[in-house]
Amino acid sequence: MSVYDAIVIGAGSVGVPTSYSLAKEGLKVMCIDKRASAGQGQNKAAIGGVRATHSDPAKIRLCQESLRIFSAWKEETGTDIGWKQGGYCFPVYREEDAQLMQAILPLQKKFDLNIDWAGDAEIARFVPGLNREGLVGGTYSPEDGQVSPLLAVESFADEARKLGAEFSFREQVQSLIMDENAVVGVKTDKGEYRAPVVVNAAGARATEICNMAGLDIQVQPDSHEAGITAPVKPFLDPLVVDIRPGPEGKTANFYFGQVESGQVIFCYTPKTFFYGEDRRCTSEFMPIIARRLVDLIPRLKGLMVRRLWRGLYPMTTDGIPIVGAAPKIEGLYLAIGMCGQGFMMGPGVGANLASLITKGKPLMRPTTFEFLRPDRSFQGEEAERLA
Amino acid sequence: MNGRIIEHPILPEPPEATVPFTFNDREMLARENEVISSALFANGIGVFNLHHKDSAPQGIFCANGQCAQCLVLVDGSPAKACITPVRAGMNVRSLDGLPELPHDDEPVPPCHITEREVQVLIVGAGPAGLSAAVELGQAGIEVLIVDDKQELGGKLSLQTHNFFGSIRDCNAGMRGMDIGTLLAGEMEDLSNVTVWLESPVVGVFADGKVGIVKTGIYHLVRPNHVLFSTGAREKSLAFPGCDLPGVYGAGAFQTIVNRDMVRSSSRLLIVGGGNVGLIAAYHAVQAGIGVLGVVEALPECGGYKVHEDKIKRLGIPVRTSHTVTKAEGDGRVERVTIAQADEHFNPVPGTERTYECDTLLIAVGLDPVNELTEKAKEFGYSVYEAGDAAEIAEASAAMFSGRITGRKMLKDMGHEAFIPEEWLDLLGVLRAKPGPVHEMALKRPGIGVYPVIRCNQEIPCNPCTAVCPKNSIRTEDGSMSSVPLFGDECVGCTRCVVICPGLAITLVDRAYDPSGERALVTLPWEMPAGSVKPSKVVITVGYEGETVGQGKVVAVRNVPWQNRRRLLLVDVPAGEADLVAGIRICEPPEEEGGEPATKEESRGTVVCRCERVTRGEIIDYIRETGCTDFNALKAALRVGMGPCGGKTCTELVMRIFRGELGADAEIEPHVERPLFQEVPLKAFLEAEK
Repeated sequence: MSVYDAIVIGAGSVGVPTSYSLAKEGLKVMCIDKRASAGQGQNKAAIGGVRATHSDPAKIRLCQESLRIFSAWKEETGTDIGWKQGGYCFPVYREEDAQLMQAILPLQKKFDLNIDWAGDAEIARFVPGLNREGLVGGTYSPEDGQVSPLLAVESFADEARKLGAEFSFREQVQSLIMDENAVVGVKTDKGEYRAPVVVNAAGARATEICNMAGLDIQVQPDSHEAGITAPVKPFLDPLVVDIRPGPEGKTANFYFGQVESGQVIFCYTPKTFFYGEDRRCTSEFMPIIARRLVDLIPRLKGLMVRRLWRGLYPMTTDGIPIVGAAPKIEGLYLAIGMCGQGFMMGPGVGANLASLITKGKPLMRPTTFEFLRPDRSFQGEEAERLA
Repeated sequence: MNGRIIEHPILPEPPEATVPFTFNDREMLARENEVISSALFANGIGVFNLHHKDSAPQGIFCANGQCAQCLVLVDGSPAKACITPVRAGMNVRSLDGLPELPHDDEPVPPCHITEREVQVLIVGAGPAGLSAAVELGQAGIEVLIVDDKQELGGKLSLQTHNFFGSIRDCNAGMRGMDIGTLLAGEMEDLSNVTVWLESPVVGVFADGKVGIVKTGIYHLVRPNHVLFSTGAREKSLAFPGCDLPGVYGAGAFQTIVNRDMVRSSSRLLIVGGGNVGLIAAYHAVQAGIGVLGVVEALPECGGYKVHEDKIKRLGIPVRTSHTVTKAEGDGRVERVTIAQADEHFNPVPGTERTYECDTLLIAVGLDPVNELTEKAKEFGYSVYEAGDAAEIAEASAAMFSGRITGRKMLKDMGHEAFIPEEWLDLLGVLRAKPGPVHEMALKRPGIGVYPVIRCNQEIPCNPCTAVCPKNSIRTEDGSMSSVPLFGDECVGCTRCVVICPGLAITLVDRAYDPSGERALVTLPWEMPAGSVKPSKVVITVGYEGETVGQGKVVAVRNVPWQNRRRLLLVDVPAGEADLVAGIRICEPPEEEGGEPATKEESRGTVVCRCERVTRGEIIDYIRETGCTDFNALKAALRVGMGPCGGKTCTELVMRIFRGELGADAEIEPHVERPLFQEVPLKAFLEAEK
């Protein structure tokens, strides 16, 4: 039997950076995933937007840490992960949306976020070719950006390996080894591993792992479609979010951006969620997103669509991730329910969790971290479901 | 010397080029409806863009809309040159790096995507699809048949040669292109069969709908049953220089030469001695293109022996147990080096030979086009397959497979349909690989008029037995695959000479010279006018191209009842008459010693041409990371992430994986997703008027 300091279940957007952070703290880490390599679950379905400009304090702090790690990655490791600091832009066309966006600005500024309200002319400059009919303005946050999830997960795994972390793929966790109220290891289809620390970073399958410890924590995946075009010369800096519901009655917001390599990546939030793990493409997506894209920026009609896919958003009932020590079970930590933002929060989650595990306290202020507690009431209203 | 083919021994005279367009501001002319790539080839342009990653020049590759190597700017927007027809006044520009998004801020008016239901959707209007459509259509079924090309017939329209098989069951002896026309005609009479051309299927979705881009506009079709008769795509080969403009598939070549009648090369070499490669050599000579040889890695060609023999007789060397080691040139192919291959198909150092040529055709086999089929099966569609999509074989087999599948679908739908037992047997025979080659058993009566049949390999073909007015040509056991033998009666009608798809029958007339010194040999002839002239002295060759002696052309005769095959009447010494199987018209190629590919050249071989990923990069990655997942390779290096979606490189990468990890290693396969062809966003924003 192999003995480690920490076992991470799931080598995805959250599990890989968590393994990296734990290894960086000097822990001997084993990261286990049922798939054949890192990031083969929902990581590769992510569109790669990274912003700290949320309305929830804990998410803000997590993503500030993520942005710090992503933006310095190339300098620190020498590896290009497609980091592009093009900002986020929310063009606003409705008075009520303007009020909503402006209302959260004071909180965002309190957390030192570089975000401001901009008039319509300025927003149109940030987003060339934007439809200005009815445009009232919008928010712009220049320090947010985009990263390639494919390159990032690979590079984080590489760096984790350099720090001594091990990865085992094509291996399925079947149960948790318990010693009274403590988790002391995992049993897989291939063997057993012992460690005083086990991190559940199983993404869409998080509930299954929780159940193994007798924990009833609901994370329910819902499925979102996305697509990418052939590359064109850089023309769009920010990742753009249109928070209006679609006129077709089937979409809530939608968002898109041009990645560093020139491709345009796009996604929408369906009005009615498709709960479950069905990731098969539907015929509905392309006609709807195409219309929304050109209604917002007519010149996007010149793009060539290359590939479509679907990814799962592991949702919590209140829309806020679950990060921290599992209630009443020693040694088990949860980094789950990222609600579709696992990629942007991953490095921040990993860093905070590693600090919590090795130093007894997260990086952010503990009272802020409390928002993510696994044993909270989950009574809060579901917050944003955005890129 | 590129240019247009004005005169062709088989193809009808093409229209003149009258449609004006510009390429990089240079004025040019195209033929009506000609695709941009062919119009450019005709005007001497073989490089369409410089790749955005490393500025490598890109030439034609698939000629089929599947990759994006021929990307150009058309009136400011990127477009694939091989599937975009030239329109008068078009402004075409080569592309240097990434295209710019045109600043067209005109709003797009709303529309509704057209949706329709059909009983049967047939994807692919080649021999299999058309045959099935006829069966279904005749039974009154509502059929929608779609194809991405401008014309019906699929690859049949490129097949200028006579088909094998049986006359009764699959029109053997007719040219493929004529069979295509015949099938299309049969189908067009059926009012319940709807045809959509220039309509690629780009996605099969989980909600039962199929996405089709019909002449640039996206449609959704909900079929009760789908038949995939999507044909095959050419396999690829990775070697140093394989990404140079001028290296492309033999199928792509046939498209340019036979469909578009454009001479894309002046001198070429072919890799692969299957039927596709052998026929491409023949088609090239017909188009006036010099062929330096056919290179085959195996000790024997996989194609029909009659195809191999007929090109050898023209004077084209067929080098078995040889492989290509590299292609070189400044911005396009200028030289190709081949070498002997050992039993593992690796080049034997010291045996290299280099040829000066502008084109290297790859004909190393076909793979079924099945990515749509796999998705449809996964999503629970009622799926049928026919033709090459089901099993790679000759087009005659595809037609039969289409007919049988059509009737099977009828039965499944509860209609009366009868599938004769013998059809299934026949399909087996037509699909069979060529059989053994027998000792030539020539019957040479030595007096009067008689045919000499040089058909000694078991292949499914029997037109010669059907056309003899004396019923004097038969196979021993009556089976289509057996070797035909001449009995004893011949009236000298030449019908067997004219119909033999393999050009394997000559007629000897010993009564021609009463003195008995000379004899007249009648040869089948399909080469360009002017390649031989009456009274010209020619080199006569035996059945595998070996020199026999000399003869004098007496006449080149047209045969009114067999469209476009001519007869060459050659006066030869009587003693050589039975041996003469053809005449040599190709000069032996000039060759010189060459160098093996260096280690750096081998590492620099471009495996994923869309994303310019080399063999060295892939090997390093696998070795450094221990990767066993194709998808990790995709993520890290972008292999298979380009416009073609891994259609070209998947098998090449798998070969590298197996080479590194062993033949039995568990390798996670590459996940395929829609869209299966890039689609302009515009297509989703317009409805049919």
